[in-house]
Amino acid sequence: MTQISERDPNPADTNGHEQTEFLSFRIGESEYSVEIMSVREIRGWTKTTSLPHAPRFVRGVINLRGTVLPVVDLAMRLGLDETEPEDRNVIIVVDVGSRVMGLRVDAVSDILSFTRDQLQPPPDVATSSNAPFVKALTILDDRMVRLLDLEVVLPTGEEIAA
Amino acid sequence: MSDPMQEIMASFFVECEELHEALIDALQTMADGEHDNETINVAFRAVHSIKGGAGAFGLEDLVGFSHQFETVMDACRSGELAISDELVQLFLRCGDMLSDLIRCSRDGEPCDTAASNALITELSAFAGAEEAGGEPEEAVDFQPMTLSFDDLDDAPSGGDGLPDLPPLDPLPPEATTEEATPSGSALIVNFKPEPELYESGNEPLFLLRSLADLGHCDIKLNFTAPDNLSDLDKLGVRLGWQVAVETESPPSAIDEIFEFATGLCQLDVSAPESEATANTANEDAPEPVAEISEVQPPAPLAPELPTQLTESTPAKPAPAAAPAPAAAAPAATKTTAKVSPTVRVDLERIERLVNLVGELVINQAMLSQSIAEESIPPNSPVAAGLDEFMQLTRNIQESVMMIRAQPVKSLFQRMSRIVREASAAVDKSVRLVTEGETTEIDKTAIECLADPLTHMIRNAVDHGLEPTETRIANGKSRQGEIRLAAAHRSGRVVIEVSDDGGGINREKVHSIARKKGLVPEDASLTDGEIDQLLFLPGFSTADEVSALSGRGVGMDVVKTQITSLGGRIAIESTPGVGTKFSISLPLTLAVLDGMVVTVAGETLVVPLNSIVETLSLTESDLRPVGPNQVVLCVREKFVPVLDLGKELGYRDALSIEKGAIALLISPEEGALVAMLVDTIEDQRQVVIKGMQESYGRVRGVAAATILGDGKIALILDASDIAQSASGVKFDTARKEAS
Repeated sequence: MTQISERDPNPADTNGHEQTEFLSFRIGESEYSVEIMSVREIRGWTKTTSLPHAPRFVRGVINLRGTVLPVVDLAMRLGLDETEPEDRNVIIVVDVGSRVMGLRVDAVSDILSFTRDQLQPPPDVATSSNAPFVKALTILDDRMVRLLDLEVVLPTGEEIAA
Repeated sequence: MSDPMQEIMASFFVECEELHEALIDALQTMADGEHDNETINVAFRAVHSIKGGAGAFGLEDLVGFSHQFETVMDACRSGELAISDELVQLFLRCGDMLSDLIRCSRDGEPCDTAASNALITELSAFAGAEEAGGEPEEAVDFQPMTLSFDDLDDAPSGGDGLPDLPPLDPLPPEATTEEATPSGSALIVNFKPEPELYESGNEPLFLLRSLADLGHCDIKLNFTAPDNLSDLDKLGVRLGWQVAVETESPPSAIDEIFEFATGLCQLDVSAPESEATANTANEDAPEPVAEISEVQPPAPLAPELPTQLTESTPAKPAPAAAPAPAAAAPAATKTTAKVSPTVRVDLERIERLVNLVGELVINQAMLSQSIAEESIPPNSPVAAGLDEFMQLTRNIQESVMMIRAQPVKSLFQRMSRIVREASAAVDKSVRLVTEGETTEIDKTAIECLADPLTHMIRNAVDHGLEPTETRIANGKSRQGEIRLAAAHRSGRVVIEVSDDGGGINREKVHSIARKKGLVPEDASLTDGEIDQLLFLPGFSTADEVSALSGRGVGMDVVKTQITSLGGRIAIESTPGVGTKFSISLPLTLAVLDGMVVTVAGETLVVPLNSIVETLSLTESDLRPVGPNQVVLCVREKFVPVLDLGKELGYRDALSIEKGAIALLISPEEGALVAMLVDTIEDQRQVVIKGMQESYGRVRGVAAATILGDGKIALILDASDIAQSASGVKFDTARKEAS
């Protein structure tokens, strides 16, 4: 797991005092989060129907009440260790722009709320492969929480076709 | 702008589309050589209504243009302007421009005023008017007046032996002016009751109503106020009416209505001034004079108009109560309006209904599956009820699909525009013939077909039809013909695009394909195979890239689009006679009959219409052709074998053994490919769930569906799989051809 050099969080001042809520979840040992407004629902793991010629991180599609929902394995997408899905895993259904996709994660852990200015951009030194996916970092109770950039995480049309 | 206003505006634009459709329809009829007045009137009314609505919303560009358009059309309507092919072509171009203007106004985009002004200028050149293009506003005011100018202009000249009809019931000029504007007045009835009429218990209202039964009436009250109220004769009659009746009925019908009022009123039935309205030319006409005749002689042609009279134009004067001139009689009858009542429904609501029905079908599948698992005896009431339920579901589904179905007419109309533009671009004279416009197909398909059809039509104009000189040299008519036909055929919709051009130059096609390395140098191909080369990516026959086509993207894209709709495309071409492309599409895009198969543990659905037959392989069917290659021998034909699991990347290739199950599919006309599957599970109707929006296009997969157990199964695009499978394409074609 990547450990990024820690910095003191900026004390909240100027603007960005408003508390924003984030859904945090666990993949392996690390904690990630996404803005709660983009989360549609959380559901238990169901077996996916795999898609031919799909990139490895696309687990396949599931039936979400009559619509076809593509599911991205977040661990694989972020370049983390690959794990076989188990029943305890969950699928977070996110809505980005006009696209709805499922993210398979190990478990959902918490709903966090912090202000915008508690967030720091990831330092440039981060060489980890998942760096572009992390939009910001913050420290909460001595834990580092990574905020994911869903726009980047969700595969684009070209990536799928590739 | 407030919301209600926007709503009204939105519905205006919807109406505009309909009106525009009617307009193009009428113009097309005219282009086909039917210049009857009803057609012109339909076109005129459409433009007029668009203008009216646009005026209400202050859409000035639209008003200005449609006004000029309408003016010239009105001149035709009245016979002042002879309808020539040239004029109809101009009208059609104006129709196109009108649709552009409507679209711009709707989207709030700036209009291409240069182009519209150019057309306005052309229009006015036809009308011989000088005031074109400039101030539409002024034109609006000016135009109706010209009716009187015209008259006055002609009356003194009197050279045509027109009788000078006595003025009746003088009206202030404004009244006449307004009078002239309602669309297509056919007969003018001046009706002024005498006191006796009232005394005998007659009621003018009933008479007016009876008039209204004949057709649309524009009723105007003529009221002469007494100078002094005390002078008012209480029993006297001061009210009179001027009624413009748009009717097909002869004036005698009007006499019939007033039969009982004869002698009790002043009645005057006259021919209209329809001939006069549109001539905007006579600027040198004298000032309008108050003394204007209601009964207008059919205006002779204004001298500067390049015209000849059409046959239907009344050449005779129309004195009161004379038989209505043919030109005017059918003017306004709303014969076209015989449409069964319809409801305009938001497409989104229908989509929701379709989705719900889809759910219902899935649910029903789940139910039948669980009932099957419970091993309930087949003759139990539950099973019988389920059967009935299935029947109902199917009926509901079919009905819902019919709601989505729309006639292809709108699509074909768009194509007529493409033909016009394309033929103008390459300077060929082309006529578009459409057939089966009422054929209904799914709305989504109509939208998706627009692009491929546009492309095919352009191709047909550019490549399909020979240059005019060649046509004449070959003894064909100067004008090329492109036929666009739609029909239902055995559960599918077939759309054909054909031209009467030179046919596919196969030699050229072959040599180009060789040059571009699309086929091996030494390959000898049959005609059918050569035709198929047109669908290869990167193929283009045009020696030079023209403005229209020939950029090498083309038929392959067309084919992909058609295939993504679940359709097929075929070519038929005879040298010297023409080329025909047939597109065959499934009737609905929401449900299909599929075969449920399993491959490498995955459940898949193969559309039933792509399966030619299913085989259980025997030893003698399989013939090895290489170390790792086997072909299937089916009825003396060699067919390549694909392992579906491998093609979809689910597993490494299996060794093909006897007993394996193969689906024989036909990716294109005449070609066959066998696909190995593990088991065949079922054959059933499945609801198509698109994956394009949520995920994107997956190679070899047409869509997804939900099975009875709630799992998603992919619906395969069998042709796509067969064609993308490496090395298959040409082998298939050649072996099949042997």
